[in-house]
Amino acid sequence: MTWSEMQPLLEQASWDTLYMVGWSTLIAVVGGLPLGILLVLTDRGGLLGNQAVNKVTGQVVNIARSMPFIILMVALMDFTRWVTGTTIGREAAIVPLAIGAIPFFARLVETAVREVDGGLVEAVQSMGGNTWTIVRKVLVPESLPSLIAGTTTTIVALIGYSAMAGTVGAGGLGDLAVRYGYQRFESDLMWVTVAVLAVVISVIQFAGDFAARGLHRRSGHAGPAPRLRFLRDRDAAPERSPEQSAGQPPEPVKSSELPAP
Amino acid sequence: MITTSGLTKIYRSGGPRGRAITALDDVDLHVAEGEVYGVIGQSGAGKSSLIRCVNLLERPTSGTVTVAGQDLTALAGRGPRAGRELRAARSRIGMVFQHFNLLSSRTVQDNVELPLEILGLSGRERARKAAELLDLVGLGERARAYPAQLSGGQKQRVGIARALAAEPKVLLSDEATSALDPETTRSILGLLRDLNRQLGLTVLLITHEMDVVKSICDSAALMREGRIVESGTVTDLLATPGSELAAALFPVSGGGEDPERTVVDLTFQGDAAGRPVISRLARTYDIDVSILGAAVDTVAGRQVGRMRIELPGRYEDNVVPIGFLREQGLHVERAEHPGPDAPAAPPAGPAAPPVAALAKEETK
Repeated sequence: MTWSEMQPLLEQASWDTLYMVGWSTLIAVVGGLPLGILLVLTDRGGLLGNQAVNKVTGQVVNIARSMPFIILMVALMDFTRWVTGTTIGREAAIVPLAIGAIPFFARLVETAVREVDGGLVEAVQSMGGNTWTIVRKVLVPESLPSLIAGTTTTIVALIGYSAMAGTVGAGGLGDLAVRYGYQRFESDLMWVTVAVLAVVISVIQFAGDFAARGLHRRSGHAGPAPRLRFLRDRDAAPERSPEQSAGQPPEPVKSSELPAP
Repeated sequence: MITTSGLTKIYRSGGPRGRAITALDDVDLHVAEGEVYGVIGQSGAGKSSLIRCVNLLERPTSGTVTVAGQDLTALAGRGPRAGRELRAARSRIGMVFQHFNLLSSRTVQDNVELPLEILGLSGRERARKAAELLDLVGLGERARAYPAQLSGGQKQRVGIARALAAEPKVLLSDEATSALDPETTRSILGLLRDLNRQLGLTVLLITHEMDVVKSICDSAALMREGRIVESGTVTDLLATPGSELAAALFPVSGGGEDPERTVVDLTFQGDAAGRPVISRLARTYDIDVSILGAAVDTVAGRQVGRMRIELPGRYEDNVVPIGFLREQGLHVERAEHPGPDAPAAPPAGPAAPPVAALAKEETK
């Protein structure tokens, strides 16, 4: 198979993949974020502390997580038909992809949100903030770097799942590799497809890491404890620009307020 | 301003039948308006539970908390969630934390604006107020920085500015200086003292450092095993015979008494600190006075001195000179016999082990 023959096939398959993964990621984030936060809030000692809701939600998430995607796709046929009017094609593949990714992402959100320092929640409570304020102003913004990393993981997982979408005729890169590479022994095309997939995944992973790290650095998670940071700052003092060191003047001591030494 | 009565907090681990730990046991606390009140105690004494019960971050098991005439425990409701009235009451109580608890995703200015966002102020109003507060705490130029770019002391200044944003009348300080080095601690305490004077702010602080009580508190309470063991204004405490807090605030060292000699501890405050009492004592009664240990310091803005002196003869023979010292406005207390197992007994009389530990911390 020549390159000019491969090109249109690859182009179409790439678009199909991006279309399916894009929409299902969006739905997974919209559905998984509140679900993950709900899991944290309703947990024992959480802000909403509701064991019943927590246990039920947790079970549902676990069951959905443990189901192999290909089976989920078949199991959801009726639901898919109800939503999209068909069980074949790209739109039909988005439904099981999104539903499979929601609990996956929800668990990642749960882990990320749990990492947020409880002291921050307490600080906002002491200001008179309600639970919704805490979610909006503390839990989500403070866990944003981890949430972005979780989204990246979800996208990569969805690209993997989308290979199976070929079974419902949705196309995509995975389907291309199977149909041409495996069934027609066109190993050239298969390897090119694998390469394209590798590039796509690398780009997504890189972009996600870059965004997460950027946010991380800004909010300075680098310094674990103030004292340690202080020591490290002093070690690194010679490299600091004068502007930076000028920005941290020594603490002024109000001598009038101090007891006689 | 802040009154707790019969405040009790019992934690149960492992369900309703689990082991119960009493963190607060019938605590009555009274903080007057405009004063700096320090609660001191070792870790595990229940200080944290106490301060967190004041704004009901922790629900007391029983007892009431009244802040600015409002019974907060009555507003609490039943569930773990805080109702609107309790939240409104909380917004009128500022709180600063040991680990600052600044949002790392927000700039310094946005952190200070947070309580104002909760109160629903407009953007311009918030920015104005935040700039004003940052100037007040001496961080006007760092408004655009992120907390990670600040030193510990600067972070706590931001914490204080944030706590003051909603113009509270009461400030709770949960070990605000415990994560800071001594010099920064002094500057933060100075700031709290200034705010207390300028804004008439009532400050309730908890700490394990005697120095904190010594440098800024008007009143203090000592906590142990969930109970308040001693409390009162610092001046009164220093004049109270056998006060553990006074002894810890102001330790004097020196040998104890033996049958042939009398050892007494003198405490003098204010005017008495300036008078040459000892030489007058020696001249008037023609006795040899030896000074075993002495210290003069400023406690709660007043000169206070403590001295351990030795008089020849038994206590019964020295009643007259001791009466003379009392007349001079000194507080005189007989130093106790050192126990046989502790020949080099540490400071003033009845200091129980925990306070002795505190005293040690203090003398560093």
